[in-house]
Amino acid sequence: MTLALAVDIGLTLLILAMAAWTIAVRDTFASVIGFVTYGLLLTLVWVRLAAPDVALTEAAMGGGLTGALLIGAAARLRSTESASRTERPSVLTRTLAAVLSAAVTAALAICVLNLPDPAPTLAPAAAAQLGSTGVGNPVTAVLLAYRAMDTLLEAIVVLLALVGVWSLAHDRAWGGYPQLRSHADPDGILAYFARVMAPVGIIVGIYIFWIGADFPGGKFQGATILAAMWLLVIGAGLAHLPPVSQTWLRVLLVAGPLVFIVIGFAGLVTAEAVFAYPNGYAKPLILAIEIALMPTLVLALALLVAGAPQRMPPQ
Amino acid sequence: MNGPTLFGLCAAALVGFGLYGLIVNPQPLRKIIGFNIIGSGVFLLFGAIARRGAAVGMGGDPVPQALLITGIVVAFSATALAVALLLRLFDEGGLVTLASEAPPTKTTADPPDA
Repeated sequence: MTLALAVDIGLTLLILAMAAWTIAVRDTFASVIGFVTYGLLLTLVWVRLAAPDVALTEAAMGGGLTGALLIGAAARLRSTESASRTERPSVLTRTLAAVLSAAVTAALAICVLNLPDPAPTLAPAAAAQLGSTGVGNPVTAVLLAYRAMDTLLEAIVVLLALVGVWSLAHDRAWGGYPQLRSHADPDGILAYFARVMAPVGIIVGIYIFWIGADFPGGKFQGATILAAMWLLVIGAGLAHLPPVSQTWLRVLLVAGPLVFIVIGFAGLVTAEAVFAYPNGYAKPLILAIEIALMPTLVLALALLVAGAPQRMPPQ
Repeated sequence: MNGPTLFGLCAAALVGFGLYGLIVNPQPLRKIIGFNIIGSGVFLLFGAIARRGAAVGMGGDPVPQALLITGIVVAFSATALAVALLLRLFDEGGLVTLASEAPPTKTTADPPDA
């Protein structure tokens, strides 16, 4: 047994133990913390699977933003905790659930053990056209050139989710401020931490975004870090979220997908296909799309964590 | 046994754990967490398959890796929407339950059926 395999086995056992604990632990808040830890352990697995772009996304989003979202929700729902404990399902339900889950796991395991060999791969095809896209990171080339349609739809899904969240506001808070509780002392340690951390985090976020063309990174990872810095500053009481009815906010939210659609359909005229880029202009067009998508993603991701508007809009 | 196969089996187990949590845990927030564990298991399975497709100097097939990034972002959006729905349910009644009848409270002491 090699050392690498020993590390992989240890990591697998840790992740399975963490997942089991997250499911089984009684206290919901503990379960949320377990889930965040689990997300960070998964990040290590992505590194072991030679997928650093996915690792960055998982760390920023799976562990970070999802964690912030769930911690906020668990804190607000604390008072319902004891009532829901009486709803524990019967032994029969639990046994059936265990049998069903074991069957699903067994079926998937059989599939994993019988995967075709040699494995099918699109890596040579992706490498063959990499030069014409002007970017060095094949994952970025897939996201913004080969399968740009997926990325456009993804940006739209994020926006639709935000519209859904905003639609859950009370009538009296319609178009108002999303509540994000800040009990922070303006001279306290959290405010100090936010002042020191936010400038560093903003530089790191922009760097990760910029480097994504040629190395692991990209707009989703960078945008998540910037969104986290914004939330940190707001959580520390140093800034406030804007009311969701602000025009500039809505313009920035729509601008990213709109630029993407315009450039995509312009390909019909300039390069004879939707989402095709004319020869030699691929890199600048990809950059234009990424720069337009950045504010959209930062705002949308942070506002998704902030949730539905809770307070009156400005009159 | 190599790395991708090991993590593929780990992914299969995670889907099972998540499914069990989704069915058995009564609190909706715990169901959302269970659902996310199923999702991460599916992602990990896809990532193991991407790793098997390593070729021409790349550590893995970049196409599934890019789709994984898309998937993680979409999963986050769906989770945010689910949490917002749950918090709105809590704002409405102060109770968060998916039970078909309201849980018994101290004030309503129904007489037992004969």
